[in-house]
Amino acid sequence: MRKPLLCLDGLTKAYPGVLANDDVSFEIGEGQVHALLGENGAGKSTLVKMIYGLVKPDTGQMTLRGQPYTPAQPSEARLNGVAMVFQHFSLFDALDVAENVALGMENPPALRDLARRIRDVSEEYGLPLDPSRLVGDLSAGERQRVEIVRCLLQDPKLLIMDEPTSVLTPQEVDVLFHTLRKLSAEGTAILYISHKLDEIRALCDEATILRGGRKVATCDPREKSSRELAELMVGQVLSPPERAERILGEVVLQVDKLSLASNNPFGTSLKDISFTLRAGEVLGIAGVAGNGQDELLLMLSGELPASAEQVKLKGQPIGHLGPNARRSLGLVAAPEERLGHAAAPDMSLTENALLSGAERKGLTKYGFIDWHATDAFAREIIARFDVRTPGPHVLARALSGGNLQKYVIGREIELDPDVIIVNQPTWGVDAAAAAFIRQALLDLASKGAAVLVISQDLDELLEVAESFAALNEGRLTAVRPAKGLSVEEIGLMMGGAHDMHPAHEGMA
Amino acid sequence: MIRLEKRKEPSKFWRIANPFLAVALTMLAGAVMFAILGKDPIVAIRLIFFDPIFSETFGSYSRPQLLIKSAPLILIAVGLAIGFKANIWNIGAEGQYIIGALFGAGVALAFFPAPGWYIFPLMVVAGAFGGFLWAMIPAILKTRFNTNEILVSLLLVYVAEKILAAMALGLMRNPDIPGFPGSRDLRRYEAAHNAEIFANTGIHWGVVAALIAVIFAYAMMTRHMLGYHVRLAGQAPRAARFGGVSPARLVVICLGISGALAGLAGMFEVSGPGGQVRIEFASGYGFTAIIVAFLGRLNPIGIVLAGLLLGLTYIGGELSQMMLQLPSASIQVFQGMLLFFLLALDFQTNYRLRLTRGARA
Repeated sequence: MRKPLLCLDGLTKAYPGVLANDDVSFEIGEGQVHALLGENGAGKSTLVKMIYGLVKPDTGQMTLRGQPYTPAQPSEARLNGVAMVFQHFSLFDALDVAENVALGMENPPALRDLARRIRDVSEEYGLPLDPSRLVGDLSAGERQRVEIVRCLLQDPKLLIMDEPTSVLTPQEVDVLFHTLRKLSAEGTAILYISHKLDEIRALCDEATILRGGRKVATCDPREKSSRELAELMVGQVLSPPERAERILGEVVLQVDKLSLASNNPFGTSLKDISFTLRAGEVLGIAGVAGNGQDELLLMLSGELPASAEQVKLKGQPIGHLGPNARRSLGLVAAPEERLGHAAAPDMSLTENALLSGAERKGLTKYGFIDWHATDAFAREIIARFDVRTPGPHVLARALSGGNLQKYVIGREIELDPDVIIVNQPTWGVDAAAAAFIRQALLDLASKGAAVLVISQDLDELLEVAESFAALNEGRLTAVRPAKGLSVEEIGLMMGGAHDMHPAHEGMA
Repeated sequence: MIRLEKRKEPSKFWRIANPFLAVALTMLAGAVMFAILGKDPIVAIRLIFFDPIFSETFGSYSRPQLLIKSAPLILIAVGLAIGFKANIWNIGAEGQYIIGALFGAGVALAFFPAPGWYIFPLMVVAGAFGGFLWAMIPAILKTRFNTNEILVSLLLVYVAEKILAAMALGLMRNPDIPGFPGSRDLRRYEAAHNAEIFANTGIHWGVVAALIAVIFAYAMMTRHMLGYHVRLAGQAPRAARFGGVSPARLVVICLGISGALAGLAGMFEVSGPGGQVRIEFASGYGFTAIIVAFLGRLNPIGIVLAGLLLGLTYIGGELSQMMLQLPSASIQVFQGMLLFFLLALDFQTNYRLRLTRGARA
């Protein structure tokens, strides 16, 4: 048994209406890589915020190296050697790497010394980083390195990492794990938050599993199967989505050599995109965030029109049509951002049912809204997709992320489309709901609809898709059958242009 | 220590209560202002807010005036509110009001002195068209060149005022009375006169139009796709685009509707209560209507109430000028204070003040 570094004893934190953490106790040993595992809303964030001094526990104690530890704010936690890399980066695009690092330090040294130290540390831990580059020019993986190096410069005893791999390609994940193992070998403990079970089994010595704010188990993740861990996390038996044997039909959607400038000055333009989609096919498009996923969805949904001939639906040119005309013809879409894009936050679920349902459900007559029918449509979605809400009169923003996601995906599926485009369909959704959404998409495909899933979650894509392509800096790779693709190949498809692997440049 | 905290949801209570509170605060601050001016504050407040309706002496004159003053305010504000809901800010209703009046009067003067039932309806169409046309300038500049409609529509008010003066002195001047600015009096040209429909009630065609506009706006905002799209665009522009709303089309529609309604208001005024095209024809209805729209919470029913209230301040202002020799600007100060207090109070619709026990270490 290692010497304990941080002991948590009976930590409890209640928010109005929720018990975020209920009597959570466990230990993190020195140099240990300890996983914190749980679904959304299981209480992982609250627990970590208590350790990092952002939230004060209601009851319970923490001891750090035998001393009572009660950080009142993050700077105190950092003084005690506790550092954290957040899921969402707090970096300034317009400043360079060294300046960004200096901003996060208590007593930053002169910039020239700092730049040298950044270079030293980043080389030592295999995280190449040029201190003089502007953060705005860095990829998501490189930005994460800035955050990690910022923590390492303070020589932490405990490094907390919140979902660090969600923005990385598989190769970048390998590099990160290499770094984390080296840190661990040097005696730095790591608290690793994730819901990706394979990663945890590959990296961590011990795992604590939270469910509904309570600790369910502490175990050695390498002794459990991913399945067992998932069931501990969810508290129920999960069944993988079923794929009915499907015969692919006619080509229904065809995109031909399409290049399109982004409507966002910080967006990614689409470059020379070509693919076809058949009836009954599920095409998965992978890629690290910010490689043109949003633009691809906007182009297909009709929010960012192209020239007519470049997009064809069942042979008919639709590139110039807007979203409603495309819906009438059978193409629907569900964007990634639920609040503000797929749904209007301050409108009720009924009003949001109208947002994309008006055409295909015939909810209007001469432009006048049939609120009765719209309300019935909203109730139908709520019932079929098990949306937990008091009723359709509730505002969209009052729903939890997962519930709203079920609602907006459900709305599009209920429209009985010929082609459905979804971006990040299960982002931030708990495992049971995610399985449900994937199953619904597969069912739709077995009924003969063409499904295009854009996602950063590779496991998800491999689970649902039969063909696979990746977006990289606005370019789409050739479509390949998903069966038989190795993770290595997928990584190369996704990350061909990342400067991390000059040796692997080009297709394998 | 006092802290500001953003509410999870805007408070419904304060949304409704704030307009009333703002009126009360305006009365209070107005009373202080009158006291400083050396007038009896209670008498002045009573004169502005109560006497126009309830006084035996003034009531018979000012009660019909209430509808005459409120109708253009309501008509304009209903149109503005539709745009405001979509975050499209037409600040230049005053200009559209003037151009609408000029178009309407232009039709009348062109037909003078011919009789004909069709002349007045033609003037109505022309008035609406004039206002629409004037509003299309900021609309097209915005959709084509991405200019700011607030600035463009506001500056066009001053252009419209210059055109009004030029018309009153030139093209539209009454040729029968040389040497005096101003057009013929349309009230004396029967075919063009927007007369009272019921004697001594103040109800003229503009009042009817305002009523129809309120009903239409209400139906549109609650029952029609266009109203849904307007609300959507104002609340969540990206969701609106997902829902198939074209932002450019919405700009044209919203500015078009508010311009046409302001033009109508101008036309009904010039052919009725105003009577003729004069340099001083514009009396600020287009600007006051902005206050009406906000005070009425951009809701057609609320706008009726707010329009009546601000109509009242116009009449009460005249009355207090007459009786207490208050400066004529005092009524504008009043209207300004009303908007000021309302906007300040609206802060608590979205935020709450919270007392905390000392700062944490």
